This record gives sequence, C-alpha cells and structure tokens, in this order.
Amino acid sequence: MNGTTALRIENVTKSFDQRSTRIPVLNSVSFELQAGTWTTVLGPSGCGKTTLLKIIAGLETPDSGRVLVDGSAASQLGATAYLPQHDTLLPWRTALGNAILASEIDGRSKDEAKREAMALFDHFGLSGFESMVPSQLSGGMRQRLALIRTFLTQRSILLLDEPLGALDPLTRATLQKWLLGVWDELKKTVLLVTHDAEEALLLSDRILVLTERPAQLQLDQGVQLERPRDRGSRALVDQKSQLLELLLKEGAIT
Amino acid sequence: MKDRWARILAPVLLLLFLVGTWEVLVRWFHVQPFILPAPSQILIAFGDNFALLSWHGAITLSEILLGLLLGGLGGFLLAIAVFYSPLLDKALYPLIIGSQMIPVFAIAPILIVWMGYGLWPKVTVAALISFFPLVVNVSDGLREPSEPAVDLFRSMGATRSQIFWKLRLPASMPTLFSGLKVSATLAVVGATIGEWVGSRRGLGYLMLQSNARLRMNLVFAAILMLSILGLLLFGVLRIIERRVVHWRAAKADAGEV
Repeated sequence: MNGTTALRIENVTKSFDQRSTRIPVLNSVSFELQAGTWTTVLGPSGCGKTTLLKIIAGLETPDSGRVLVDGSAASQLGATAYLPQHDTLLPWRTALGNAILASEIDGRSKDEAKREAMALFDHFGLSGFESMVPSQLSGGMRQRLALIRTFLTQRSILLLDEPLGALDPLTRATLQKWLLGVWDELKKTVLLVTHDAEEALLLSDRILVLTERPAQLQLDQGVQLERPRDRGSRALVDQKSQLLELLLKEGAIT
Repeated sequence: MKDRWARILAPVLLLLFLVGTWEVLVRWFHVQPFILPAPSQILIAFGDNFALLSWHGAITLSEILLGLLLGGLGGFLLAIAVFYSPLLDKALYPLIIGSQMIPVFAIAPILIVWMGYGLWPKVTVAALISFFPLVVNVSDGLREPSEPAVDLFRSMGATRSQIFWKLRLPASMPTLFSGLKVSATLAVVGATIGEWVGSRRGLGYLMLQSNARLRMNLVFAAILMLSILGLLLFGVLRIIERRVVHWRAAKADAGEV
C-alpha cells in the first residue's frame, strides 16, 4: 500500500428502464481504492455488482456521480483491465493470440507482448498450451487464460467480475492461490466482484458489502488477517459467518 | 473413422443403385434414346464429346465464378453497410427481401436486351441470385459476438474498426461460408438460366441446341458436366472453409478425444 488513490467513485447512481418502469440499481455509491490493494465487492445476487464494474470500466454511464481513474474524470474506456463474467475468449485465436489481444489493440509490439505472455503462461501452469484454441482447453484453463489476458492489459486497475464463479472447488482454490501470487508480483489494484464470502476473505485487503437493489454500501471493512491466509483458520471462519449473516439479512445469496 | 467411410460410401452406393435401376429400366422397356438415354449411353456421349463439353463448361464456369464473386462481394458489403447504418437497415432491408420475390427468369430476357448476348447478362443473373444468402448470413454473423465480448473490446479502448476487424469479421466467418455454399449452388442455376434465355455458347446453350436436335444423350452429358462443376466448386469452398474456420475443426477433434 503506497497510499495513493487509484480509483475514486463519487455518488454513483444508476437506474435502468425496463418497459415502462424505471428500476434503480445503484444508489449513491462512493468509495476509493488505494493503489496496489485488493478490494472485493460482495453482495446479494442481482444487486448491481456487475453494473458497478461496467460503470467503472466506462461501459455504462452513471445517471449521476462520477468515476475518477488516477484523478482523471476522462472516459474510462481503455483505462482499466476488465474481465467480464462470461467466457469472452475468441474461439479463432490461439491461447497466445487471446492473451495478447489488449496489446494488439494498443498497437504495441507483438513480440514484446508475446514474451510477457509466455512468463504468465508459465506462472499459471499453461506452458505448452500456447498454440491451442480455446475449444481445446478445459474450463479451468480457459479461465486462467482469461486472467492472463486481463493481467497483460497494461493497466494498473483490474476489474474482475466473478472470475472463478463457474469453476469446481478444487480448481477454484488453486486459481485463488495463483491469482494472489501474480497480484503480489505485479502490484496491481484489484477490484473483484463475487458472492463468495470465503473468497473475499482469502484474497482481499478490504471488503465492501452492498445491499440489495438499489445497492448502497452497507459495510466497508478492512480484512485484518495475516497472509498467507488459511481458509480453515478460526479468525477467517468467524469473519465469514459474520459476513454471511449480513448478506442473509439482505436476502438470498447465490 | 468408421463413420467417415459410411458417410462416403452410403451416398455412393445409393447413387449406383439409382443409376443401375435407370439403366435396367431403360433397357427392359426399350426406351428410345431421344426420350431417355441409358446412363451408359450418357457416359459414352460424355467421353466422346469431352472436348466440346469442356469448352462450353469453361465458359459457364467463368460466368458462375464471376457471378459468385460479384454477387458475393456485393452481398458481403451490403450486409456490412446495413449492419452499421440503422437508416440503411430500415430503408434497404425490406427492399432486399422484396427483391427476392422477383423471379430471376423474368429479369433474364431484359438483361439480354440491355447487355447483349455476351458474358455479362449471365454473370449478372448469377450475381443477382447469389447475393441474397450472403446478405442474410453475413448480417447474422456480424451480430454473432456476445455483448460481453463487445464490452471486453470496448473496455480495452478498441475503436469501431478494431472491433470490426478483430471481433465481428472473424466471428462472421462460419455463417459467411454457409451462405457462400448456398450462393455457389445458386450461381450455377443463375448462369444456366442466363444461357437459356439467350447465348451462343456455354453448357446451357449446348443443352438447348442438343435438345432441339433430339440429341438427348448430349443434353444429359451437359447436365452431368454442370453437376461436376457445381460439386467441384462446392468442394473447393469446403476446403477453404476448413482452413478459414479452423477452430470449428479443432472443436470437432477435441470432441472425439
């Protein structure tokens, strides 16, 4: 933590028109992210977590309020590394080709991007799969590839929308470890969205809990647990049940 | 592997059976060759007139290829224009669909009046008949990428043209080739119709001439040549498709493991 503000969200409010009714999704959400920290947004299903990420990525415009990336209120399109919830790998590109997509869009040198990618392939245990296309990879490998692509985006802020949501528990646990390792090495600012309290506690420096729609910030809490963390430790289990209680009060979590 | 052999063998056997039945029936009932020649007679005619058939076939093939190229390219560009311009979409799309209700047979004679007896009226008929499947399929293909995929590109700061070249265009390749294969078979029909209406060469011309002289075996030989050309064209497109849409093949391989 070096104390500089990487991202500032100011009173972001958003509603959507559905047929004739207006559905409020976010209600005056404000927070700041310190550079190099990991923050997780936790909230009930359908509470607007994804909408929040999309607004930060610049894909949606808030009805009111604003988003400042590194102090600038200019369009955030291209300013953050966004990993959508759904599989967005390009089926016609090899794993390596998918990984370097952002560099290509930035017009950077392909060779350099490929070199960087190879190091991450190694780190994520995907060495030897560089020339395969996504349909030849397993679900866990595809998700690792999507993460590599996100890390290779030369941005300091990563927005991850339930990146491990669809994986089996074992793959998920392995990937959490990998993610932490890479994050530690690359010193990025991460904003993760999940509905999994345990995941939030294992990974983050800080947890933000949203209420049900229209989402408001109901809890903003630092995670005071020594790293590396153990999912079985007493302190973590205790905090997890507290979080779950808070979420359950809000309604269904899935 | 077994499956693959069945795929090749089954239609071949069926074809042999049908042709064999045809041969037997023609001989059994002593059908006159100027009414319906036996397959063996057609094959002999095909061999004897191979040079003639090839010469006329080359002309028809060039009409087909040019028609497919122009119609395909036109359809492709139109699909892109309609995709990117909502106004064009509203104005043009109903007309494009409406235009398909006009039988090409009806236009062919007019084209002869306008363009004469040369290559171009046939190319035009082939192009007119083959552009529609491409418009429809490419339009669908450009809409193929999911919203999250487009979001991903936008979040990376991609321009519209980058989203087109790196996302929408490659995503439209599978449907583009589906359309192209339909267009290719239609282009064969279009070129033949164009030749029937007015021409001095080409397989369609040869068929009409032979028909008038009751040389039915040559008519059938010309049909055989036309079918071979159509199949060759289809086969070449399949090969190109497999190379371009390689990820579909990779998926099939992965499925077999």
